Amino acid sequence: MQPDYAITAKDLTKRFGDFTAVDKISFEVSRGEIFGFLGANGAGKTTAMRMLCGLSLPSAGTATVAGFDVYRDNERIKKRIGYMSQKFSLYEDLTVKENIRFYGGIYGRSDLFIKEQTGYLLQHLRLEKEGNTLVRALPLGWKQKLAFSVAIFHEPDIVFLDEPTGGVDPVTRREFWNMIYEASAKGITVFVTTHYLDEAEYCNRVSIMVDGKIEALDSPSALKQQFSAASMDGVFLQLARKAKRTEG
Amino acid sequence: MRTLKFLLQKEFRQIFRDPAILRLIFIMPVIQLIVLPLAADYEMKNINLAVTDHDHSAYSRELVNKIKASGYFKLVTYNEAYKQSLTAIENDQADLILEIPVHFEKDLVKEDAAKVFVSINAINGTKAGLGGAYLQTILRDYNQAVREKWIQFPRIKLLPTIDITYANWFNPHMNYKYFMVPGILVLLLTMIGANLTAINIVREKEIGTIEQINVTPIRKHHFILGKLIPFWILGLVILTLGFGVARIVYGIIPAGSFVTIYVFAAVYLLAVLGLGLLVSTYAATQQQAMLVSFFIMMIFILMGGLYTSIDSMPEWAKWITRFNPVSYFIDVMRMVVLKGSGLTDISRQLGIIALFAVVLNTWAILSYRKRS
Amino acid sequence: MKQFRSFIRKEFYHILRDRRTLFILLGMPVIQIIIFGFALTNEVTNSKYAVLDNAKDIVSQKLIQRIEASQYFEGATRLYSYDDIAKAFRKGAIKIAIVIPPHFAEDLGQLHTAQVQLVADASDPNVANTLVNYASAIINDFQQNEFNKDQQLPYRILAEQRMLYNPQLKGAYNFVPGVMAMVLLLVCTMMTAITIVKEKETGTMEIMLVSPLQPLLIVVAKAVPYLLLSIINIISILLLSVYVLEVPVQGNLFLLIGESILFTLVSLSLGLLISAGSNSQQTAMFISLIGMFLPTVMFSGFMFPVENMPKPMQVISNIVPAKWYYTVVKSVMIKGVGFKAIWKETLVLTAMLFFFLGMAIRNFKIRLA
Repeated sequence: MQPDYAITAKDLTKRFGDFTAVDKISFEVSRGEIFGFLGANGAGKTTAMRMLCGLSLPSAGTATVAGFDVYRDNERIKKRIGYMSQKFSLYEDLTVKENIRFYGGIYGRSDLFIKEQTGYLLQHLRLEKEGNTLVRALPLGWKQKLAFSVAIFHEPDIVFLDEPTGGVDPVTRREFWNMIYEASAKGITVFVTTHYLDEAEYCNRVSIMVDGKIEALDSPSALKQQFSAASMDGVFLQLARKAKRTEG
Repeated sequence: MRTLKFLLQKEFRQIFRDPAILRLIFIMPVIQLIVLPLAADYEMKNINLAVTDHDHSAYSRELVNKIKASGYFKLVTYNEAYKQSLTAIENDQADLILEIPVHFEKDLVKEDAAKVFVSINAINGTKAGLGGAYLQTILRDYNQAVREKWIQFPRIKLLPTIDITYANWFNPHMNYKYFMVPGILVLLLTMIGANLTAINIVREKEIGTIEQINVTPIRKHHFILGKLIPFWILGLVILTLGFGVARIVYGIIPAGSFVTIYVFAAVYLLAVLGLGLLVSTYAATQQQAMLVSFFIMMIFILMGGLYTSIDSMPEWAKWITRFNPVSYFIDVMRMVVLKGSGLTDISRQLGIIALFAVVLNTWAILSYRKRS
Repeated sequence: MKQFRSFIRKEFYHILRDRRTLFILLGMPVIQIIIFGFALTNEVTNSKYAVLDNAKDIVSQKLIQRIEASQYFEGATRLYSYDDIAKAFRKGAIKIAIVIPPHFAEDLGQLHTAQVQLVADASDPNVANTLVNYASAIINDFQQNEFNKDQQLPYRILAEQRMLYNPQLKGAYNFVPGVMAMVLLLVCTMMTAITIVKEKETGTMEIMLVSPLQPLLIVVAKAVPYLLLSIINIISILLLSVYVLEVPVQGNLFLLIGESILFTLVSLSLGLLISAGSNSQQTAMFISLIGMFLPTVMFSGFMFPVENMPKPMQVISNIVPAKWYYTVVKSVMIKGVGFKAIWKETLVLTAMLFFFLGMAIRNFKIRLA
């Protein structure tokens, strides 16, 4: 095990019948890094992330998260990670506070911790007044920010974000990324998938997946240089042209 | 254990957050428990009788009066054409036809034997059987009366007769409600428990929150227990409510002890809720879960022994009922409420249900997968 | 119209893609009609009983043999004291006990009379009543054959009994129409209600409502596939009852199918109405399944004849759609009568159809406005 890395993957593969969703991907993510995972829809980003989170069993290859093996220690991994799925996944029929309390409790945080941190969190999100509002009633942007805060509420080592900014307005996206930076500054490793290419620029390093394979992996500036493109858009388009899979 | 506390808090909050469903959970069983037993009268009074009398003699009229006086039959038509009686059967106005042929009186008095014809609508077996039997009894009595009128010699019983006396234990007034009310309560409890749990986990699957749960270090049995316990408590509350209704509306007080009932009910609910959760872990959508649980409920309820007798079923069907938890609870209810049976009397049923509870819940825990 | 068709096609894709649901939808009625058709009967047979024979003489032995030989009783438990009866009842091991007094044969021979007592477990009054009747009949018969064999009594009234429609007293004659009514009603109502509410829950309803198609048509389009599935179910149930359960269709087959389709439409529109009033699948399920299941079983008439109910209950039974359909199926299929005998039921079902549909439309309009 390499203690320096938050995540390692070697030849990690997931097959569904004949279909290989993730094809032998290998990479390492350092502690505290913001690691971007780019790719078109259906490139295999979410599947890869689900394997790392212990939601999906790999077909082949090895991977460790927080130093633990994804095959054997998936339940231990879960104590050390936070996850925000593509589908909004707070309970809409619970209030903001109740959601925070529930997830804090599930991760075994003390009542005192939950109480203090909830106050701090609401203040930070400027949701003090909405503490007792049903999540259902919040606007989407706030919901997303709240979901992220809940995902890192139990102070995990690593947080996995699956297209966290889908459907939110540019201002909120900006704010959302500020929150990611804050988390990173606290030492949390961030593993984020996105298809907004401008967001790729915010990452320390990005990998670009095409048809289940990682076609490029480096810092945004290095990638732009490598593909002699002015922006990540250019990099992405060059790679995406090779894609055979269609949307789906 | 702390995790469980948070899970329970969350489930309870979700249940109480939706007042529409909460109202349904409590009001619906109460209303059904009040109304339905009134419809469940198996007592065969008022069997509708059509009489076709071709004879129109003093004797035939006397016979008809005798039948009317018995209290079992209601004469819906008295006519001279069989066709008219048959129409009454076709329209469900009559259940039985008594056809008295011409020369009934003459044959009886002169030939020593007369015939009558009884036609029974046999679609419903109970009604057919009992209706026929009652009419036979009345005919026999009438026959005896006729005989006594004609045979004037001092009546010394020369032939041995067996007198039959009978006693109806546990329910001497044959009050159908004593049996029906607790039975319906069992059915309601089963339906509510199994259906609510059946769509519970799968609803989290549909909404997507299950993903968020699966990525936490939560233990599988904690998760299942967190789903089980709230509905278990809810079930016991409904049971209590049901006994309240039974007492206030129908004056039913169990002959046995409430402790026996609640001990059994507590284990029973675990089994039924476990079944619901099992359905839920397998189903992909709420619709699927509901359809499956409807299918199971239909078999459980119609083969539970409340509506039809299990003893009368063919062997293979009896074998199916051995896997039907409802049949055990209905049995136990009948035993405790009416016969005053205690825990030792119901130990067999309790043991089997406990086994169901363990198997179903273990299965549910195993089939709930945090990782695909 | 073209758009309407494409909506229906979309709904079909939904259903066909979900193989498991489809399998249950089409398989469930088949399994149920077979199980219930063979297993359920209103008759009481093979009941467990006990004998407390205080005489143990030849006549008592013969009587017991006679009882054992009948189809109504089975598996005698021997008891040795009166107290055992209560114990056996409490364990639920027996339904009735037959008590034969000491000196049974002697008494019959010398005093010409003896008393047999039947003790029934009346916790199920129906079974108790029936068994007492059966046992009495057997004992009377026994007495007749045993002692009065040679004597021809004067002034005999002989009753010739005929079982109409169902001479073999098969349970299926009663339960096929009943199960048909239950399955069609509950499946159609539940499925329509749930599919529509689900779209409300997930928000896809709104997307469809902005389409150029009339909102009502969208909702109706969701019900159409279930109508077709139900027709398949009606046909498979009928095939099974005729060829497997041997319950023939006495009347006009097309009339029967037509009435079944009418009833399916009633169920679907009831489903629409429920969906208009529910905001979650859970609520829709609660109303359509838990709310309707037992009232349908109890008020439709196949378990408890409606004519036997107290008057207020007979009135209530009129609002249960399955009651009308059950009467129709029984009349057309078993009794073989024509439309003339069921026009009233048909009229009521048609009225229900329009009432539910009207209410559903009104409710949807209010919601959408």
